[in-house]
Amino acid sequence: MTELIDFLSNVGLKHYLIVAAILFSLGIYIVLTRRNAISILLGVELILNSAGLNYVAFSRFSSGNVDGQIYTIFIIMLAAAEAAIGLAIVLAIYQIFHTIDVEAAETLKD
Amino acid sequence: MDQPLQTDYLRWIVLLPLLGAALNGLFGVRIQERFGKKVVAFIACAPVVVAFLLSFTAFMTLLSLPADKRFLIDRFYTWIPLDTFNIDVAFWVDPLSVIMILVVSGIGGLIHFYSIGYMHEDRSLWRYFAYLNLFTFSMLLLVTADNMLLMFVGWEGVGLCSWALIGFWYTDHTNTRAGNKAFIVNRVGDFGFILGLFLLYWSLSDQGHATLAFREIDQYVPLLANMELWGVGVATLITLFLFVGATGKSAQIPLYVWLPDAMQGPTPVSALIHAATMVTAGAYMIARLNKLFSMAPATLEVIAFIGAATALFAATIAITQTDIKRVLAYSTISQLGYMFLAMGVGAYSAGVFHLFTHAFFKACLFLGSGSIIHGLQGEQDMRKMGGLRTHMPATFWTFTVGVLAIAGTPFLAGFFSKDAILWQAYSSAHGGPMLWGVGVFVAGLTAFYMFRQYFLVFFGPCRADHHVQEHIHESPKVMTYPLWILAVGSVLAGYLGLPEFVGGSHLDHWLEPIIHGHGDAHGHHSLTLELSLMGTSILAAGLGVLIAAVLYFYRTPSPDRMGDSANFLSRVLYNKYYIDEVYQFVFVGGTLVLARVGAAFDRYVIDTIVDGTAKITVVVSWFNGLFDKYIVDMLVNAVANVTFAIGNNFRRLQTGNINTYLYVVIGVVVFMLLFQLS
Repeated sequence: MTELIDFLSNVGLKHYLIVAAILFSLGIYIVLTRRNAISILLGVELILNSAGLNYVAFSRFSSGNVDGQIYTIFIIMLAAAEAAIGLAIVLAIYQIFHTIDVEAAETLKD
Repeated sequence: MDQPLQTDYLRWIVLLPLLGAALNGLFGVRIQERFGKKVVAFIACAPVVVAFLLSFTAFMTLLSLPADKRFLIDRFYTWIPLDTFNIDVAFWVDPLSVIMILVVSGIGGLIHFYSIGYMHEDRSLWRYFAYLNLFTFSMLLLVTADNMLLMFVGWEGVGLCSWALIGFWYTDHTNTRAGNKAFIVNRVGDFGFILGLFLLYWSLSDQGHATLAFREIDQYVPLLANMELWGVGVATLITLFLFVGATGKSAQIPLYVWLPDAMQGPTPVSALIHAATMVTAGAYMIARLNKLFSMAPATLEVIAFIGAATALFAATIAITQTDIKRVLAYSTISQLGYMFLAMGVGAYSAGVFHLFTHAFFKACLFLGSGSIIHGLQGEQDMRKMGGLRTHMPATFWTFTVGVLAIAGTPFLAGFFSKDAILWQAYSSAHGGPMLWGVGVFVAGLTAFYMFRQYFLVFFGPCRADHHVQEHIHESPKVMTYPLWILAVGSVLAGYLGLPEFVGGSHLDHWLEPIIHGHGDAHGHHSLTLELSLMGTSILAAGLGVLIAAVLYFYRTPSPDRMGDSANFLSRVLYNKYYIDEVYQFVFVGGTLVLARVGAAFDRYVIDTIVDGTAKITVVVSWFNGLFDKYIVDMLVNAVANVTFAIGNNFRRLQTGNINTYLYVVIGVVVFMLLFQLS
């Protein structure tokens, strides 16, 4: 019990990493299982943000400089651009298939 | 021997007829069309006339020189330059060849003029004259050549022109066959000539003097005296081979068979080529090489024997012939036999003398017969002639002179020359009574068959067809003038060779620089013997005339008892002892058999091999095909199938399903993380 309280009260690197890992897994799960294209994009965002969290954590606790945080700002920027493109692709798919269910876009199947 | 006199003009004697031949040959069609036949005839006759004048000039030049310096040469150009000597195209005039060129250009010229009349109607007059000129060129080349190889060029040339002229009317196959026969039989002889030529050159060069020029041959030939080849003296071998060539060209046994058939050609051709000139080439050759021949007594015996045998053989055939030209053809063969008989006993000069006189009267007789044929519109069968003396007087009288001359009537040309030969045949070291006896008998036969012809043609009732009889006419002047000239020659030509006791032979003296050692006329000089021999031959001739008169003059000859229908002996003689048939069977038949054997061999052996090879190739390629189909294709197909299968399987990756792709992406990332492959 005390170890748990201690673990929960002194927030260190481990805590952040665990949170990032959980977020990453959740993101993977969403990407792999959702049928909605926008949901998949949300999952991708989660994955990217978890990676950014990792960077920040390592930068705060293991390295004296702020490199990690700069990387995270880049990641957020990239995530935004990629989300824009992803939405454009979703729009194009909608125009062709009239749905954003990814299982509908299977014309490449033989 | 001194250097001969160099001249420049001799070449024109030979080359002008060539020029005429070229003009008529190449442009004759055009010339005849545009300018007419007279121009064609002029182009042909003019060169021969000029050649005759030049020959006469050469003769006068020779006369003006001392006897041992009578040689003229005209070096045209160097034909074949070799290491040791050169073969030139050079023209050589000495006492022997000057006689020949005078005869060829003189009598040839007369015949050219005669042809204008005889061939007047012919469409291809230009071609006739072109060949006639070409022949004249070749013959002149033959007799003026200064070396044997050039002589051979002329030798071949006359053979070629003979073929062309015999087969002149080539649309009739009888004529073309006759022409071919002449050329092919001649060729056999030429083969002998070539062998002799080679052997002569080889043996001379073996002695260190490689040459083919006549004056040098004469100089070095004594070196061959002891040389032997395969156990026989080379001189004998060479002369035998050369004599084979002479038998072909001069129609002796066994190569005479072409001459009677050669009568298919136009009559002036028969006169020129087969009486006066080409057939004398063999005799000329022997006379030219007399020094060599004198070194080979064995060959001389052969020559004399064949000459006498041929004379006899041909004369026996002549007595039964019914075609006017055939009689003269066999007569020519017989007279040539006399010439060779003379050569064979070493009387080269007498042989040349007979050549000279024979040219005159034989040409006269042939042209006379041509005149008859012309007047009878082409009739040549004597059974359909008769009584022509009233219709064709000029022909009649000239023919009379010719017949008298050939029969050996005293004081005409034939008498002196034939008698000279008979005398030599008896008295010369190589001769003997046998040869003489044959000669006398043949003289009798000659008189007989010539007078037989004479009576059949000119006397008695005319047996010609009715419509022919109506149109009998004498020939035009252009034909009868040469006849008169030749008749005069037939009388006077004999006076060149008078026997010893009346002044000696001019001809013998003339030919002394060339002819080395003439028989033994100076040896056995018994006047009574000579006179009695002369008398015997006159008797024989007279007997022949008498029998002919009895059979054909005092009795009307019945046409059906002549020719092929009469008794056995007559038939054999009429059919020429069936020799032609024998030759046809043996030689022609033999060659054809050989050809068929060759064809069979080709078809059954060669073709089988070739076809077999083809079949084997087909089988091998069939195997190849199998291999290709099953093995190679299998491999190729397998590769394709594997690729397809792999591709097929990989295709499954392309699900088109986005979720699948995402799974794959995540999966690979995890994989990389797990195995630290970043």
